[in-house]
Order: sequence, then C-alpha cells, then structure tokens
Amino acid sequence: MNIDTENRESTNTARRNFLAGIAGMAGVSIASGVTLFSFAEAKEAGEAVTSKVRWGMLIDTNKCEDGCTKCVSACNKENGIGTTGRAETDPQWIRKVQLRDPKTGNQTSLPMMCQHCAEPPCVDVCPTGASFKRADGIVLVDKHSCIGCRYCMMACPYKARSFVHEALEDQKSHAPRGKGTVESCTLCVHRIDKGGIPACVEACADEAGGAMLFGDLNDPKSEIAKRVAKYASRQIRADLGLNPGVRYQGI
Amino acid sequence: MATATKTIYRELKNDPLKYYLAVGLTGLIALIAAAAAYYMETNGHHVTGMNNQIVWGMPHVFAVFLIVAASGALNVASIGSVFGKTAYKPLARLSGLLAIALLAGGLAVLVLDLGRPDRLIVAMTKYNFKSIFAWNIYLYTGFFAIVGVYLWMMLEKRMNRYSSAVGVVAFVWRLALTTGTGSIFGFLVARQSYDAAVFAPLFIAMSFSFGLAIFILVLAIASRADDRPLGDFIVGKLAKLLGVFVAAVLYFVIVQHLTNLYATEHHGVERFILLEGGIITGLFWVGQIILGSFVPLVILFHPAFNKTRAYIYAAASLVILGGMTQIYVIIVGGQAYPLVLFPGMEVKSSFFDGVIHSYAPSLPEIVLGIGGIAVACLVVMIGMRVLRFLPTSLADGAADPHHNIAP
Repeated sequence: MNIDTENRESTNTARRNFLAGIAGMAGVSIASGVTLFSFAEAKEAGEAVTSKVRWGMLIDTNKCEDGCTKCVSACNKENGIGTTGRAETDPQWIRKVQLRDPKTGNQTSLPMMCQHCAEPPCVDVCPTGASFKRADGIVLVDKHSCIGCRYCMMACPYKARSFVHEALEDQKSHAPRGKGTVESCTLCVHRIDKGGIPACVEACADEAGGAMLFGDLNDPKSEIAKRVAKYASRQIRADLGLNPGVRYQGI
Repeated sequence: MATATKTIYRELKNDPLKYYLAVGLTGLIALIAAAAAYYMETNGHHVTGMNNQIVWGMPHVFAVFLIVAASGALNVASIGSVFGKTAYKPLARLSGLLAIALLAGGLAVLVLDLGRPDRLIVAMTKYNFKSIFAWNIYLYTGFFAIVGVYLWMMLEKRMNRYSSAVGVVAFVWRLALTTGTGSIFGFLVARQSYDAAVFAPLFIAMSFSFGLAIFILVLAIASRADDRPLGDFIVGKLAKLLGVFVAAVLYFVIVQHLTNLYATEHHGVERFILLEGGIITGLFWVGQIILGSFVPLVILFHPAFNKTRAYIYAAASLVILGGMTQIYVIIVGGQAYPLVLFPGMEVKSSFFDGVIHSYAPSLPEIVLGIGGIAVACLVVMIGMRVLRFLPTSLADGAADPHHNIAP
C-alpha cells in the first residue's frame, strides 16, 4: 500500500534538484565522516514504494539532552497532535524517555516512537489488515479500515501506539487522524515521499544536538548505513527479533 | 439401556405475566446498555476508564468471560453425545442454547466497545489471516453455525441420528474456539504477564468451569420457574463435575504462576500480581483464589455441603464471580504492569513508562458489560419459550438410568 501526496507531478524534478542542494548543505560534516542526515530521494507520484529502500533512524543518545523535547514539539506541530490536558488519553507519537541505571546512577535520555519493525507485531495481530508495513519499512495504520479494537496497542512492545479517545479538530491534511482509531508515528511518510525527512529529525538537527539520523539502511553509501556499520548500535527489545528500523547508540 | 422413561421436552409454559415481566426487564437492561455504548461512541473513549495504558477494560472482561463461558456451556451436550454419558443427554438442548446465547452476549459487548463499531462490515470482509482476532471471527461464526446445526439435529426427530456426529464436530470446534480466545493473550510477546502457551489450556479449563457453573444456575432457575422437577441425581452429578473443573483451573493457574516465578525476568510482574498490586493482588487472592476456587472446592467436595442445593448454587455463583475476577486480573492486571523496554533500568516519561497504570472503570463500561449478560438471558428466555429445550422432568426417576434398578 502506498500513501500518495498531491500535486507532485510537475514539481518533483525541480524539487529534487533543489532538495539535493539543500541536502548537500544540511549534510555538512559535523565531524569527520559524520553528517546530520543522509538524504531521501523523492518518489514520483504514483510510483510504488520499493523494498530496495529500508527507511530507518539512528539515535545517538550521547547527543540527546535530558529535558529537551524539540523532537516531540516538532512532531506534534507537524502532525497536528494537540493536548486536551487529559494525559492518560492524549496521543503521543513520540516521547522522551529518561533512563537511570540504579546500579551506577548513569542517566540517559532518548526519544521513543514507533520503531518501524521489519516484523511488526502490530501488523501481525491486526484483524483487518489496517496496520500495515510499506515495502520501504514504514509501519502505518490505514485509518479507513481500523476498527479501533486496540489489539495492536496490546501487541506493540514499545508502547508506540495511541488510541484517539475523542473528536479531533484542525487536522492536517497530510496526517489524517480519526476518533476511535489507532495511530502512531508515520515517520513523516508525507515528507519522505516528497524527498524530505521526518520533522523530529529536522528539529533535532536545527534546534538541538543533532542526535537523530534518518536514512536508507539498505543503501551502503547512506550515512546511516555507514554509521551503523562502523559504530555499535542497539535495537530496543532486540530479544524479540523484530528488527526495528530505529536503532540507538550510547545505551 | 435401563432408562425407563422417554425424555419429553416442552416449551416453558409458566405464568405469562411473570415471564413477560422478566423478558421486559432484561430487555430494558439491554437497551440501557445500548445507550451506554452509544454514549461512549459519540463522546469517544475518554469518557470510559480506559486509556492509552489500559487499552482493554471492563467491556473486555465481560466479553471474554461470556465468550469463554459459551464454549464451556456446550460441554454438557458434549458429555452426552461425544462421551456417551446418558444422564447428560436430556440436558444437551439447553446446553446448546446457552452456548449460543452466551457467545451472542459476549460478542455484542466486544463489538460495541470497538472504536468504530460502525465498521464491523470491515472486520467481516477484510481479513489478516495472521491475526488471532481474524481467526476468532471465523471460530465464533463457525460456532454459531455448528451449534445451530447441532440443535437442529437434536430438536428434529428425523435428524436425531446425526446428533452424535455433529456433537463431535461441535466439541472439537469449541476446543479450538477457546484455544483461540486464550491465544489472544498467549501470543502477545510484548507483555510480561502474557506471552505464555499455558493460556490456551488455562482458558479451556476456565471455559469448562464457568460454562458449567452458569449452566447449573440456568437449569435451576428455569426448572423452578416452570415447576419442573429437578432431581438430586443430576444436580449432584453436575456439582461433582464442576468441582473437578474448578480444580483443573486452579491447577493451570498454579502452573501459570510457577512458570513465571521460575524465570527471573518475570519476577517483577509476579510480584505485582501476587504481592504488591493493591486492588489487583486483592482480587487475585480473595476473589479468584479464595472465593472463586477454594470455597467452591470445599462446598463441592465436602459431604457436609455437596448434598444441599443452596450450597451447590452458592458454589456455582462463586465460580462465576471468581471467573470474572480472574479475567479482570488477567486483562487489567496484565496491562497495569508497565512494558519493560529497558530491563534493569529505572524509566520515566510523559507517557507513563515505568509506572504501574491505574484503571477506574466508568459506569457506562460496566453497564455495557451487564448488557451482554442481558442479551444472553434474553436469548435463553425467548428460546426456551418458543422451542422445546427443557425436559418436562429431570426428577431422579427420569434422569438416573439406574434409578429403578434393584440393588
């Protein structure tokens, strides 16, 4: 399945060239061999997503500051996620988690969101197939066929999914949501399909420590693939064998 | 065969005023429950006690209880037709009706709690065959169909000869159905308190126990309402069987917890359920173990109690109460314990990571659940009034094949 966006036909080539230029600038080395992100290539409208690509993220927790929530704010703004003041029922697509090792006192902070597993339990358990994984590894919910059973929320090991507990207003056209359905991080699929990067990654690079690296794990030339090849990284709950697309460094 | 008298079945003929009053009241409860469901759907689930931490609550406790009990209620028929126990045969029709009724009640609750119940057609037309939920949709509809045919074989004289064969199919199907229900939890790899194969046999044992407890009470109430004799022989037999089933559930519960207690990684969740879980711990020990298991076991096996109807019915009621409690502990308790993403680390976040989640069921949720029971009662009441489900007599002379044999 494929999430398409509008009005891309004529502008794609120009946009790609423009974005490639931006990528060149944004991908400036911040240390020898280390860049903020590798760049996604825009997809033609109507062009099917392909499994040649595996979108992923590498999060360097050493650069993630405790108390910084730029990624969370950016996600909320991008996807129109507001708060009602009822924290227990408010959706959270991305959250900051603080870790403390009680034996050593060591503290870590990291963003946690849908890990876009290669073997997603949410997709396995969904009775209608509303939870699905695109060929490029992005795990999404089809809001038209989600019946709101919440079995995926029971099955997700990362607590990445939220149920929409009440009516929504002021939705973003690129991020449709609906009362009575389940939702989670889309990896900003609307941006990726236009050749962009997720809002959280962008905000972290622009306004914070640049802890988040986005890219194609399948492309050996991509920055993310080079980084995970060179440095040790960790999958959360690797014991489950789900092969998440989000990896962490420094924990 | 020593059966002296032939079993005669008749529709319920009791006082129409009382009957219609009972149907009316039960219908009213079902209507109120429908209104509660409507209220939850229009306002969204924030008006319930459920949230992003406890995603399944009271409606699921009622629904799972009724669905599990449904397959168990069919056991009485299975014992007659599959295992050839003659004494149970007169009870087979009621057993089938009760099974269908309980499943209908459970499914009604489950469906009305969906975030989008209006999309039920999606669930009926789009299937992901890796989902246990999707399997269950087939298992449930298949159960209705098979038990429906089974009842037809039993009610229609010309078809009686096929009833044993269909009974075998129904028995196998009901085992699959409860395996499916248990596996909803057993296959959840993410959560500490689930992810265990024991949930399938545990749920089967639970279904035997809860289904039979409900059957005993329904049989007693219907017989009394219609002034039909119900002898000690059949009640005693059912009571003894219930005792065995309660013991079987307790056995699987012990296996479930001992297995977890052996593995260090599960110590946290076991400590929560068994010792430090507050209301969950209280419900487990007092509701499920003492009142739901030990007390019924004493009543059902001790000769001082197991000859007295009132005690037997009290034991059956306690089994039902204990069963509801057990499912509450499984569903709510299992979710209240947080997911372990980083073993050995202290975790906190704005999304309630690392903390025990609280759940306070709201009135509409509870009313919806009770509505499921009302739907089951309506099906049984109407069914028994229009069709011949209950024998005219279950007195010892009619029910006990050896009653008239000289010692």
